[in-house]
Formats: sequence, structure tokens, C-alpha cells
Amino acid sequence: MEPILQTQKLSHVYSAGTPFQRAALTDVDLDIYPGEYLGIIGHTGSGKSTLIQHLNGLLKPTEGKVLFRGQDIWESKERTRQTRFHVGLVFQYPEYQLFEETIYKDISFGPRNMGLDEAEIDRRVREAAHFVGLRDEQLERSPFELSGGQKRRVAIAGVIAMEPEVLILDEPTAGLDPIGVEQILGNIRDYHEAHGATIILVSHSMEEVARTVDRLVVVNDGVIPFQGAPREVFQHGDELEAMGLGVPQMTRVFHQLRAMGVDIDASVYTIEQARRAIRDYRSRKGAR
Amino acid sequence: MALKDITLGQYFPGHSVLHRMDPRTKLLLTVLYIAALFLCKNVISYGLALIVLAAAVAVSKVGLKSIVRGMKPVVVIILLTAVLNLFYTPGHEIWRFGFLKITTEGLWSAAFMVLRILMLITCTFLLTYTTSPILLTDGLENLLGPLKKLRVPVHELAMMMSIALRFIPTLIEETDKIMSAQRARGADFDTGGLVQKAKALVPLLVPLFISAFRRADELAVAMECRCYHGGEGRTRLRQLRYQSIDYAGFLLGVLLVAAVAVLRHFGL
Repeated sequence: MEPILQTQKLSHVYSAGTPFQRAALTDVDLDIYPGEYLGIIGHTGSGKSTLIQHLNGLLKPTEGKVLFRGQDIWESKERTRQTRFHVGLVFQYPEYQLFEETIYKDISFGPRNMGLDEAEIDRRVREAAHFVGLRDEQLERSPFELSGGQKRRVAIAGVIAMEPEVLILDEPTAGLDPIGVEQILGNIRDYHEAHGATIILVSHSMEEVARTVDRLVVVNDGVIPFQGAPREVFQHGDELEAMGLGVPQMTRVFHQLRAMGVDIDASVYTIEQARRAIRDYRSRKGAR
Repeated sequence: MALKDITLGQYFPGHSVLHRMDPRTKLLLTVLYIAALFLCKNVISYGLALIVLAAAVAVSKVGLKSIVRGMKPVVVIILLTAVLNLFYTPGHEIWRFGFLKITTEGLWSAAFMVLRILMLITCTFLLTYTTSPILLTDGLENLLGPLKKLRVPVHELAMMMSIALRFIPTLIEETDKIMSAQRARGADFDTGGLVQKAKALVPLLVPLFISAFRRADELAVAMECRCYHGGEGRTRLRQLRYQSIDYAGFLLGVLLVAAVAVLRHFGL
């Protein structure tokens, strides 16, 4: 399959040519495919935020290229701007970027910048609001009257309303209570399924990405040491630990069991997989 | 992003004699030096002031380059001063073109005025380049201390100043983030006419103000939690104390002013 987004030898250096020079990304090659649910994981300062800001043209590569549908997004000014509509980026704590008098107006900011007509803007705003569970009568209220979790969902709706083919979210669940976390992850999944959109979820929580994504990309020190299905990535438990990331608790328990001499499948990371592994183990034991 | 590269307070960390000097000494010396500059009248006194300044710049290790770079914003004022002095000083005429004339006195006064402005700016640059903003406000608060008797809220003003200085980098970072976020939604801050550009700032300024108010609120609570109740009876971690370099500095400053005053008295 043709990748929808691709980085080729992407490098980024902050404050180049000054004493504060610092390389954030070095020769990163990454392919992202249409319709996949990708997780990017790395601790603070690993370069993951720098990486995602390249994917929609907010940062210009110091070296290398970013391709959207095979075309360099920095080819022309117009192309860069258009890429920002196709690749939606939701920043960390997006609720701090709300500015309009009403929720409706705030969500319509993106579609309006795209130059759509009123009817289309209206349709998109209502649909996006629906995705994040906002009721119609709430749309005329001020976004500043809402609770923290609701504000964040309004901000996410503001990006969804542009109907991007790729939706990138930087730590969308940071600082929310468990119910808020579930709601946001549910909203994202709904959008993913309804539009067949590519989702890129950035996180530092292994637990969270393990149970949501199809493919996992680990960023550390500006390079990608591992990528693949979560199950494959978690094989590198010790290396991940050394990067300050670790593996999900469930995986750690099963690795420990194996180390203790129990012959059990250690590549689990969800409760469902754990149950299956234990059942499997017991039935094998019973058969013996 | 270019916004991050802005340096504010322009402080250059270092360990030179000037860096180690008490901020109060440096503030007072700056005032003394400016007074001396305005007493200067001719080549000898200007030369004296220039030597002292050059020595101070050399000792500070700030480097002439950073001082010259700082001059850029005032180039227009300097040029304007030079032109006005050059053409509008009455005296012995040496060149004439229509209504424009240049006099010997004009030449001298233009040269002196430009020199005076340059030296004045360099001297204040030295102060901010070698003193951290926090020390500067500490020094200012201490020097203005006597005004408390006149019910001037000196401590509060100094506290406000240090908080403002502390939050400038934070707000720059915040601006940067909000700009990126709105750009991701297709906001355009760079193109269009003046009205369009001003309109484009709304999505930036509203969140910025809200976050500034939020931070102020949080800071106030945090300060109260640590029992902050104004300047009364408050002691300091860093006590300002005059040392031998400060006394030496004062001596030098007073000597300079005295020398320039004497020279002026003898009409030199």
C-alpha cells in the first residue's frame, strides 16, 4: 500500500548556528499508511512533538523531506497550507486555544479558514460536535462555561470539523479523569471508523497506546529505535525500560512469570489477552 | 520558531568584576556616569569619559559586537541628532548650499552629541548586560527604600517587576504554542493587509490573555500558601552587601565626575 504520509531522512535542529544548537530529530524515516491507527511513544524531550509538527508542516525540516500522498509538502506555500487541512493536529491541552464567543464559532474556525460555504461549514460543525458528544443546544454557549474535559472535546471537534484524512493527537488524555479518558478515546475511535481516517496518537503511557493502536512507533533521542505491532515492540522490554518507557504492567507480570519458570505466552498487554494466555496455560497443564 | 530566539533582559552570564559588583553600585555608577557625560564640554573631558567606558567594556568581557548589535534600534535617532546639529548650529560658516549651511561649531557639536548618545547607551547596556534582572530589581528596591517613608509602595513595585520579568519567557513560549495550534487550523498570521493581520491576532490574543489571567490567579494562590503578606518584615535569601570592589567603583565614579567638573570650571 502507498503510504499517505512519509518522512525521508527527516532531521531537525533547533537554533541552528547559535550556541544553543540542539538536534531534535536525526534522519528519521517513517511511513504512515491510510486508515491505520498509529501510536507514537517517547518520553518528554524524545523528539516526538517535533516529529508530529513536521507531519502537517508547522515545522520545516532542517534536512530531509515530508511527503503527503507522495508530494513534498514544502513544494509551495499553498501546498503547505493545504496539508494543514488534510493532516489535522490536536496539540497538548488544546482547551487553552479556545477563543470564540460560542462553541459553534470556535469549531467553525478551521472549516472557515478552508474557504468552505456556509452550508458545508454548518454540516461539518454539527457533525464534529456530534462526534465528541456535544448537544445542539450547547453550541450557542460560551466555551469558557464548560468543564475541562468538555472544553478539550470542543477543541478536538475544532480539528475534526476540517475532516482531515490524518488526525494527529498529542497526549489527548493528559490530566483527565478515567471517565474523561474513555470518552476522548471513544470519540477518536468513532472518527477513525466513520471516516476511515488515519489516526496518530502520541502518548507516553504504554498502557494507553497498547490497547488502542494497531502499530507502535517508539521515538527516543530523535531516532526511531523500534516500530511494529505492540506485541513485537514489547519484546524489547529491557531496552524500553532503559529509555524510561517500560512496558505495560500486564506484560511485565507475564515476563516475570516466565522468568520464574512458568511456561506461558509473555507477549500479552491487555486483560483479554492475559485471560486467554492463562486459560491456554491451564488447559495445557491439565492435559499433561 | 523565531519567537524563541528573542533574548529579554539581555543579561550575559559571567564572572567579571562588573558582574560581581553589587547591583546598587552599578545603578548609582550609571547615574554618576550619565551626570559626568552631561558635564563634558570638550575633547579632553570626552576623552577621559571614553577611556573609562572603554576600560569598563573591556573588563566586562561582554564584547563590542553585542553592544554594537544593541545600537541598531537607535540609529535613526543618532542620525537625526547629527543632522540637526550639523545644519542648525549658528557660527563660523564653512560650507553653504541654498538654505543649508555647515559651521565649525555645528561640526563639533554634531560629533559631541553623537558621541554622547553612543556613550550613554553603551553605559546603560553595560548595566543590563552584566546584571541579572532579578538582581537589578533587588538593587532598585533597596535604593528606593527611603521612599517607603513617603508611602511609595516600593516593595510591591519591585515584586511586580520581578514577576513580570519572570513570566516573559513563559508567555513567549505560550504565544508560540497557541500560534502553532491556530496555524494547524489554517490561521494565517503573515499575509494580508493591516486590518486582516490585526483580525488574525484575535485567535492568538484571547487565549493568551486568558492564560495570563489564569497564571496570575494560580501564582497569587501559591504565594499566599507560602504566607506571602507583602514586604513588611520580609527577609532575603540573598543579602546585598557592599564589598571592596564596590568602594573602588564608587571612588572611580566620583573621581571621574570631579575631574570632568574641574575641567569644565577651567573652560577646557
